[in-house]
Amino acid sequence: MAGSSIKPTPLLKDELDIVIPTIRNLDFLEMWRPFFEQYHLIIVQDGDPSKTIKVPDGFDYELYNRNDINRILGPKASCISFKDSACRCFGYMVSKKKYIYTIDDDCFVAKDPSGKEINALEQHIKNLLSPSTPLFFNTLYDPYREGADFVRGYPFSLREGVPTAVSHGLWLNIPDYDAPTQLVKPLERNTRYVDAVLTIPKGTLFPMCGMNLAFNRELIGPAMYFGLMGDGQPVGRYDDMWAGWCMKVICDHMGWGVKTGLPYIWHSKASNPFVNLKKEYNGIFWQEEIIPFFQSSVLPKECTTVQKCYIELAKQVKEKLGKIDPYFIKLADAMVTWIEAWDELNSSEGKPAKLLNGTA
Amino acid sequence: MRTQPSLLSLAIDTAVLHLSHFSDLSPLPDHILLDLLGRTLKAGKLNEKVLNLFMATGKDEILSVIQALNIQHVLTPVLPTKFGKMSVVNIKDSDVDIIIGALRSDLTSFMNEWRSIFSRFHLIIVKDPDLNEELKIPEGFNVDVYAKSHMDHVVGSSTSVLFSGYSCRYFGFLISRKKYIVSIDDDCVPAKDEKGFLVDAVDQHIMNLTTPATPFFFNTLYDPYREGADFVRGYPFSLRNGVMCALSCGLWLNLADFDAPTQALKPGQRNSRYVDAVMTVPARAMMPISGINIAFDREVIGPTLLPALRLAGEGKLRWETMEDIWSGMCVKIVCDHLGMGVKSGLPYVWRRDRGNAIESLKKEWEGVKLMEEVVPFFQSVRLPRTAATAEDCVVEIAKAVKQKLGPLDPVFARAAEAMSEWIKLWKALGSGSLPL
Repeated sequence: MAGSSIKPTPLLKDELDIVIPTIRNLDFLEMWRPFFEQYHLIIVQDGDPSKTIKVPDGFDYELYNRNDINRILGPKASCISFKDSACRCFGYMVSKKKYIYTIDDDCFVAKDPSGKEINALEQHIKNLLSPSTPLFFNTLYDPYREGADFVRGYPFSLREGVPTAVSHGLWLNIPDYDAPTQLVKPLERNTRYVDAVLTIPKGTLFPMCGMNLAFNRELIGPAMYFGLMGDGQPVGRYDDMWAGWCMKVICDHMGWGVKTGLPYIWHSKASNPFVNLKKEYNGIFWQEEIIPFFQSSVLPKECTTVQKCYIELAKQVKEKLGKIDPYFIKLADAMVTWIEAWDELNSSEGKPAKLLNGTA
Repeated sequence: MRTQPSLLSLAIDTAVLHLSHFSDLSPLPDHILLDLLGRTLKAGKLNEKVLNLFMATGKDEILSVIQALNIQHVLTPVLPTKFGKMSVVNIKDSDVDIIIGALRSDLTSFMNEWRSIFSRFHLIIVKDPDLNEELKIPEGFNVDVYAKSHMDHVVGSSTSVLFSGYSCRYFGFLISRKKYIVSIDDDCVPAKDEKGFLVDAVDQHIMNLTTPATPFFFNTLYDPYREGADFVRGYPFSLRNGVMCALSCGLWLNLADFDAPTQALKPGQRNSRYVDAVMTVPARAMMPISGINIAFDREVIGPTLLPALRLAGEGKLRWETMEDIWSGMCVKIVCDHLGMGVKSGLPYVWRRDRGNAIESLKKEWEGVKLMEEVVPFFQSVRLPRTAATAEDCVVEIAKAVKQKLGPLDPVFARAAEAMSEWIKLWKALGSGSLPL
């Protein structure tokens, strides 16, 4: 039929939630409609709760604003950031699904070099459903992709791979640069489509960007706390970074993999670099201490669940990073609060969170 | 009957051979310039740099010939200045040796395919000592050829067995005196990128080696020193200077470097995916380094690329060898220890179809089995702080191989011996005046 777009085959449509933080509007969802319409959305509304955010018709969603977060978590709501997209992790907590895909509201559908629209969600699902290879680097990248395989010299005993916990996608157009780089290169655009997915080796850290991210909530959910950022906090724009470092240390410990590369989305909005600089300022200095901390962090054998790992990490944060700034002591406490809240909301005996429904 | 060439003609021919040494052609009279251009084209030596040389003369006749032949620049956009990130190192062509191990005698088509890329450089071609036929090498290259007789002369005939088969190229690595080495298998030709342009593999390798590597933290936009890329948000500033890149591992289109079982299972599979990325393989991550398309900084890690692991049934196809994989594991350990980087990705070469995977598998599956012992060994190797040079590191690894792997299989005991032998050779012959 002329004019109607071909809807891609939905995979895992009852096992995946799409979590979107927003403070503005959700107009971008129109472009994603053919790819997202079949999935359940969790909208986390940041900022003024009295504002009404309109969700385009036809989407199945639940929406939470600050009042809802306070009501559901009570005093534990203090661990969820305000006036920062870090609040999105509340969506991970209340979801009941196995997988989460999170995307920013200024990210649109990108095109591959042939001009075809990229179904980012489908690629993320492919990434999550195929194993990772963190123990030995494959020079032809993801060996489970069509047209690829393990290269000569890759030990056969490692070819089964390990479960994939996280799929980290990339961005065309406005790249995810920090404020100093943005200031120095305001016109640089990412135009290079790198047709690869690869596993980040065990023991290697990376900067995880939350703009285009999917993960296995059942495996790694409790580690995806996006920290204390925004209003009343000395730092911003480090939420996803913090989650990424905690997550990677835990995945390495638990024997799970993290993939990065495809899919690409189109990032349309370049935020104000001066505003960003003010937010990131402390982070830029602190990361010099934070990175060695995570690089040398060792989780004891007794940490056999993600929650135990996370509590242990929180202890280490308090001990080792607390001396840099009292913020880290607050953060460590918030990390513990997060796990308590997570376990409360997600235990089998616990009360399910009250849903605010939007129906298709 | 042909007349003798004139002195002028000979001079122009010599100029064509040494085009890369010229920085300015404008003093040349017009008619000589035209002749030079014509012969450059005939010799297949026109590349970006040479084209610029001719165009910079500003001479009308030259420019109209270029226009008439529809010779076009590969356009590169004007870019903002690099903010001191890139090492502004001027690499001379004379800093590079291209070393080819010849496992087949007729190199005519191979050399002609690479002519426009290789002809600027000095080449070392090392003939597999087991190859009996004379090598056929086309004219127009600055090349030195070495064969069994040279090996026997330099290292003695009992030691020259080290260089049999694919390992013949290591003889070239040993006697080269250049800073950078690029080495490509003789069944590979230049690849084309997604825009259809010929990939200058040498140029890309040198670019990889002369820009820093970033092994301590993964950059999600891959090599931050490439045009149009940078470090992403969250990348610590103290790590943005990077470290020296010691090894550049390229990839292969068409016949990828799969092992025999894999290729046998998928006989029709060919690699058609051009992944436009170079990245640093993180520190402590192990990887299979294929010898098919590599380049390295000889000054820094020369002795670490070594002929050591020779399979009992080693053959003349990559499916029947593990020597490069072993060598590569050593290189990665040494680089990690010495704080240097290894890059992987671009450039691609086009690897021609050759051999039969199933035949190779029937003949030689030992290599695949051995990797299972090799990997845990390299995972556990710890080099002492006192090992501060590449040579020291190799000696330590050889010791550990002898101790831990030697008892498991004679192939490893021999490898340990070969490594010690190699270091002795390197110390004696790897520097100073040329042994030949």
